[in-house]
Amino acid sequence: MSAIKTTPVPASAPVSRRRKPHTDNRRWTTPAVYFVALLLVGAMLAPVVYIILGGFRSNSQITTDPAGLPNPWVTEGYTAVITGSTFWREVGNSLIASSATTLGVVVLGLMASYALARYKFVGRGAMYSLFAAGLMFPMTVAITPLYILVRTLGLMNSLAGVILPQIGFALPVTIIILVPFLRAIPAEIQEAAEIDGCSRLGFFRRMVIPLSMPGVITVGILAFVNSWNSYILPLFILNMDESFTLPLGVQAFASQWSVDTARVLAFTSLSMIPALVFFSLFERRIVGGLTGAVKG
Amino acid sequence: MESISENAPGAQNSPMDLPTDGGGAPAASPPSRRRRRGLGWAARAEVVVLTGPALIVFLAFVIFPVVMAAYYGFFNWKGYGPPTDFVGLHNYKIILSDPTFHDAVRHNFTIVVLSLVMQGPIAIGLALLLNRKLRYQSAIRVLIFVPYVISEVVVGTGWSLMLQTNGAVNGLLEKLGMAGLKQDWLSDPKIAMWTLMLIITWKYVGFAVILFLAGLQGIPPELHEAAAIDGASYWQIQRRITLPLLGPTIRIWAFLSIIGSLQLFDLVYIIWGQYVAATAGTSTMATYMVVNGRNAASYGYGNAVAVVLFLISLVVALLYQRFVLRRDTEGAITGGGR
Repeated sequence: MSAIKTTPVPASAPVSRRRKPHTDNRRWTTPAVYFVALLLVGAMLAPVVYIILGGFRSNSQITTDPAGLPNPWVTEGYTAVITGSTFWREVGNSLIASSATTLGVVVLGLMASYALARYKFVGRGAMYSLFAAGLMFPMTVAITPLYILVRTLGLMNSLAGVILPQIGFALPVTIIILVPFLRAIPAEIQEAAEIDGCSRLGFFRRMVIPLSMPGVITVGILAFVNSWNSYILPLFILNMDESFTLPLGVQAFASQWSVDTARVLAFTSLSMIPALVFFSLFERRIVGGLTGAVKG
Repeated sequence: MESISENAPGAQNSPMDLPTDGGGAPAASPPSRRRRRGLGWAARAEVVVLTGPALIVFLAFVIFPVVMAAYYGFFNWKGYGPPTDFVGLHNYKIILSDPTFHDAVRHNFTIVVLSLVMQGPIAIGLALLLNRKLRYQSAIRVLIFVPYVISEVVVGTGWSLMLQTNGAVNGLLEKLGMAGLKQDWLSDPKIAMWTLMLIITWKYVGFAVILFLAGLQGIPPELHEAAAIDGASYWQIQRRITLPLLGPTIRIWAFLSIIGSLQLFDLVYIIWGQYVAATAGTSTMATYMVVNGRNAASYGYGNAVAVVLFLISLVVALLYQRFVLRRDTEGAITGGGR
């Protein structure tokens, strides 16, 4: 057993070892481990699969056998949702809100982080602490005055009323992730750029932005996913069907069609798709961003 | 002109040199003459242009509403026109004497404890499991993370359909011959809290696992090798080496979990609606705030609840930082901008 990592002689390597011998605390996996992993994945996915499959059933199927499989498969639930305009309008609204939030957070956050990371000015520490303190203010606490503020600004039922507060609330985590990132850009690069006649802002544009891309993508994805899933703010700000984002839409649909379970399940599973696609595309970034954000 | 002592820090004369660490360090305190000259008007203007927009949005949409919450909390106010009916601490008196609010606070703290107790061990176990060499490891990691990515509304809607009395969960139990276990998952006050915890665990355990996996991968393998050479068994290694080294990650996760539990709103509000949460025994401070504030059109009262919610979270957070996190995050947040 313990001979695993002592002999790198290829000939004696066991057949099962397909990868190169990696120094390792992990032991060779037993079927039991796979079994547990399988159970785990099953438990995590079963509800999702149920929602998706439920959309392919009819209401009478669901009533007579709530835990059964589609038999026969019925696509009416899905086609009703896809051919209707509600779902697509809400996808569009969510897309606009999330994209604008992401763009705003990235632009404002990168600019502020750059100043905080690489300029020495009076009050820099205080400003950083102010932004960092924002982490302590969840949107839940500020939601009522925020609603009043947005109403005073005349932004009720407009996506801008959701976007602006979301940018504000996403700034703390953005700045906390980006400042160390920008600070880590070696001073030598900057000196070299200065010697070559690059202005400070030119340095920002030509060197900082490309070099900070990984961090920017991370904060951008965090902002996008959070905005895509956000519920309490749209709940307060958006009262008209036309302005609903997808989460509000799902809830409204569920209460409107509460007797038509199959259609609700179809709508719900369709509304999962964008997030799932987005997640599978950027899985590494999202996971890395979350863990990086937590580790500071 | 220049004193000797200023020579050393003055070696970098760019206005944007990398900040030296340590707030009180001599390098930082009196800005050398050269440096001051370096940060001329142009650089100052740049700072204003760079930080201005972010600062404005942040102050307007984060700090200002938070401050206003504290202000409105002193008024009896319906939300229209300027608040005029100043009632002092009256709102707070009502909140603190309202048994419904006491229940909500109790639910919140129950959720805090149960989240830690349920998710923590499960997530650590799973992270250890997945940290082994495993085929399809990356696929498994993606799949257990799926519930975390799906929005709360979808999760809430889906689960509330499945957990209805004649829903899929009870149907499945019947099929498996365990009809005796059928429950009113959502409406029975004895069970509703556990149902909520089940959903919370399902939704958020993947996040904890991913965090812990990242923490595990930061542990140098040499330590395990050394221990293995010294004859330590797998479990000894996990208990004596891995877990202590995973400590900082666990403590940060616990912090996030606690704060999240105190401010829980979405899932409860979606699954139990506006009215049933209190009777089902799952109401939280945040749902109480929305139900008794906005939905009841008493905005002053809602804001006072927000302040109480914030203060409770703040106290818990500060205590946690003071007694648990101190050694991990020494200056991590506040010191970053020095």
